[in-house]
Parts: sequence; structure tokens; C-alpha cells
Amino acid sequence: MKEGWEAIIGMEIHAQLATETKIFCGCATSFGDEPNANTCPVCLGLPGALPVLNEKVVEYGAKAALALGLNINEQSIFSRKNYFYPDLPKGYQISQYDKPFSSDGELVIMTAERDEHGRAKDFKPMTIRIERMHLEEDAGKNVHEGLPETDKYSYVDLNRAGTPLGEIVTKADFRSSWQAYDYVNHVRRALQWVGASDADMEKGNLRCEANVSVRKVGEEKFRNKVELKNLNSVRFMQKAIEYEIERQIAAHEAGEGVSQETRLWDEKNNKTRVMRSKEDAHDYRYFPEPDLQPLVVSKEFIETMKAQMPELPDAMRDRFMAEYNLSFDDASQIIGDKDIAAFYETAAQASGNPRTSANLMLSEFVRELNNSGKRANESLLTAESFAEIVKTLDEGKINNNQAKEIIVESFNTGKSPADVIREKGFEQVSDAGAIEKIVDEIIKNNENQVNAYRGGNEKLFGFFVGQVMKASQGKANPKVVNEILKSKL
Amino acid sequence: MDVRKVAKLAHLEITDEEVALYTPQMTNIVAYVEQLNELDTENIEPMLGGLTAEGAATDTRRADVPHESLGQKNALKEAPSGVGGHFQVPKVL
Ligand SMILES: [Zn+2]
Repeated sequence: MKEGWEAIIGMEIHAQLATETKIFCGCATSFGDEPNANTCPVCLGLPGALPVLNEKVVEYGAKAALALGLNINEQSIFSRKNYFYPDLPKGYQISQYDKPFSSDGELVIMTAERDEHGRAKDFKPMTIRIERMHLEEDAGKNVHEGLPETDKYSYVDLNRAGTPLGEIVTKADFRSSWQAYDYVNHVRRALQWVGASDADMEKGNLRCEANVSVRKVGEEKFRNKVELKNLNSVRFMQKAIEYEIERQIAAHEAGEGVSQETRLWDEKNNKTRVMRSKEDAHDYRYFPEPDLQPLVVSKEFIETMKAQMPELPDAMRDRFMAEYNLSFDDASQIIGDKDIAAFYETAAQASGNPRTSANLMLSEFVRELNNSGKRANESLLTAESFAEIVKTLDEGKINNNQAKEIIVESFNTGKSPADVIREKGFEQVSDAGAIEKIVDEIIKNNENQVNAYRGGNEKLFGFFVGQVMKASQGKANPKVVNEILKSKL
Repeated sequence: MDVRKVAKLAHLEITDEEVALYTPQMTNIVAYVEQLNELDTENIEPMLGGLTAEGAATDTRRADVPHESLGQKNALKEAPSGVGGHFQVPKVL
């Protein structure tokens, strides 16, 4: 960012809650069905149909709120947000306005700026104030291509209409695009962790918008802000914010000013472009939804939800660093996925070697997971077997490369590590007597080298190790070989 | 009372004559409701969404269990124009 300027950024995230059915009717929320198949009078907005709240929306909403450090309000009400658009069949969206489901949250995230290669410098904690998370229904989907006469017509698919969303709104606490990036990733992981949302941006069940403005450092007043939409991945979002910050600074410096408008990220051209300007800004005329009762949750319900909260990823990361002596980077990678974290914890404890468990997991195991598209809890290699491999390695019976090979083989075939070791003939010879015999033989057969070594050419030591390993067909324990060679030479 | 603005937001086209007719009528409606402000509500607990505390505490939620939906064909049956499994509407955007 240009010297003397600062960016002011606020985030809005829409997260689809992980229910089976829609928020106010029993239509399925499944993804990829025939257009308009999952509809009924309620979500089509037919006259006389009445909404009934899905109890799971309240539960997932509560879990999401708690995972983000929000306070759940015992009483909240639904309101109608009125506007006209073809994907909104009733002419209003049922949302929450002045009395949201949860509010006044504080969330500590870890964040860092990145260098030009995208490498993080130094992660530090930062507190984000979350204003609210309210519950609402999603709109349907407008389709503009792939159907007849799209120059004259648009098309509407209402399968998504009525899908439950939590809308999470922060204060304008972010000062850089990377802070926003780390925040969205934090939210995504937290929601997945507690099971409140699949939070998959590719499937559109996590969508974000950023409000961006800039001002001179030291200025108190805010300048005009721009709302950024169409941010289909966290990376695009970061790029869009970055672009927008630079564009606004340039516009202010050129004396053109910035207009209050909505802009879209154009991923083909790597820039933002105007979607609508302030003149058509909406006046939603919110009013309480008369068809729904106030949403009242008891203190007991809130306590039950709190009791059901699992250990959250950031707390787990800190514990892994303290208990297992992992680096921040390694621990962060492990807690990037709940199933991997659970796998790791079992393996670390069963093997008694958390450090090596982490190394082998982050190199071999995670790569195999990525290649196979499997989740850690679907792995044919169990955490217990993984721990066995680590133990066998620690005992010096196999070497590091062999351990990696066993992981790959067991992962893909489900064979026990012991079977793989036998089949591949990995059993190392640690028996000093057997190795001594080989060493004696080698010394006898390589008189010249022995004399040269004894005369001071220490580089030849590697030659002897190589000869012993070769003679043992790679099965000799290198540690034992070194010791015996040293004493005999 | 800006009747033109309200009409525009509701996507209604109204004539100047109608504006002249509706403005005093709507002002009267608002004035009628405003009588409520004369009541002294100092010691009255605010109600939530127009319900009594008892009503608000009634559980009226449904289980998260799918019901049968209309299906594409039935959903589009009453639509003026259903094409390719979609509701067809004038071009937007
Ligand atoms: Zn429905």
C-alpha cells in the first residue's frame, strides 16, 4: 500500500447452514438436482403458504455463533427485506434486522502479511469485532446462459431459494487484504469444525463480500466505500481487495474521488468493475415478519450448545505446540482439517513420538490424501498402524525412506505395516554379530583402502559404509554399521 | 409522505392525479396509527414481534426432515413461461 494511506475493510460472509432441508419448508437442500425440482408452495412464494422454522437452523446457527465468539440472543425476530428480483419469488427475503440471532462477538485470528511469492512472514494474533450473525433464507439462482434466446430472456432456478444462511458481519477492523484473507479462512475452518456449515466456496455455500475504503493515515473521517462482490474464492477476494485499495488511492490522488458503488471482481482481467452505483441503492423497508413467531431460545439451550462445542482449531493448535513441541507452521497445517487433526493426535500418542509423526504426516500422508481425494478418516491406513510405522522407525528397524514407502503402500492397499515390511524385505539387520562378520570380510578384501583410511584419508569412511550396505543388501542398520566400522578401522 | 417514492419502490406506476389523491389518504392512515404514541408505555414491558411472552415461548419449529417437493414439472405448471426446466423471465442484468 502506498505510504501515507490506510485501508478500511469490513467483511460480510454468507454461510449455508448444513441442514438437510430448507429454512422454512421441508424441501431438500441437496446440490446439483434438476432445476426447480426441490420446490414447494412455501419456497415458490405461492399465495397462502406459510413458513415454519427448521429446528436444525437454530442449532447450527448457535454452533456457528459460538465458534465465532458471538453472543446468542435469547430473543430475536425475523423481518422482511423487500426488493424485486426474479430469483426472489415472494418479493421479499425473510431475514433478520434489528434483533438478530447473535451479536457482539470478538474473534482472535492469526494473520500475517505475505511477500511477493505469497509467503507469510510472521503470524500474529489480531482481534476482530463481529457485529452480528443473523439467520436468513437464500434467494434462487438466475441463469443467463445455456438456454434459448438468452439475449431476450433470463431463467430462474429456485432450488436454492429458502436455503438457510448465517450472515456474518464484521466491523471495519481490517487494514489489509491479507487480514481479510486470514479471517475468511479462519471462519471457514471454524464453521466446518463445529459442523455448522460445509463452508465450501466452490459449491457456493460460503460467499463473501468486502466493503473497502481508504483514507490518509491520521484522518478520522471515512471516505466513500465500495462493496465488492463475486468473490468466488478466498484468493480472488484477496486480489480484488488489493486491486481496489490501489485503485481508490490512485483515484483520490488524481482528485477524481471514489463513488459509493458495488463492484464485481472480473477474474479474467484481474480488475474490479462497476455493478451498480449509489443511485439505485436499495431501500429495503424492513418490517417484522408477521408469519413467523419471534425466535426464542432458552438459557439451557445455549448452555447445552456450549457444552457440545468441541475444542476449536486455534486452541488445538496452541495445545499441539505446547504439548507436542510442534512449530506454529506444522501445527497450523495439522489443524487445517479436523479429521487430519484427530488422526494426528491418535498417532502422536500411540507412537510416543509426536515430532516424527508430524513430519511423516505432513509429507507422505497428507500428499496421499490429496492424491486420492480421501478424507483422513477414510484412510485404509489407520492412525494406530501409522503409529506402528513411527515406532518401528524409532527402533531403528527401518529407515526413513522405508517408512515413507510403507505409508504409501499401507495407505493404498490397507495392508498392515508388518506385512508390508515382510513383503518388501525391509527388516533391518541390527544384530551386531552378523554385521561384524560382513565388516571383517570387507576389511580383508580392501587392504589398500584400509591403509589409506588409516593413513588419514577419512573420506573413505563412506566407501566402507557403502560396501557393508551393499553386502547386506541394504538391510544392515546404518547406526550399527557406523559403530562397528569405527571400532574396527 | 413521499407517495412517488413508495410507489417506485413497489414498482407501481401512478399518475399525478393519483399522487394528489393518495397523499392525504396515506397521511391520514399514518396519523391514525400515530395515536398509539399518546399512550404512556413507561412501565410496560416491550413485546417481541407483537406476541405475549407466553405466545413467544410456544415452540413452533419443525424437524429437519425432507418432505416431498413438487418436482420440476409441477413447479413450472402454473408459470406463464417455463422453458428448459426453468422459469423464463425478461432479461435481467
Ligand atoms: Zn419448499
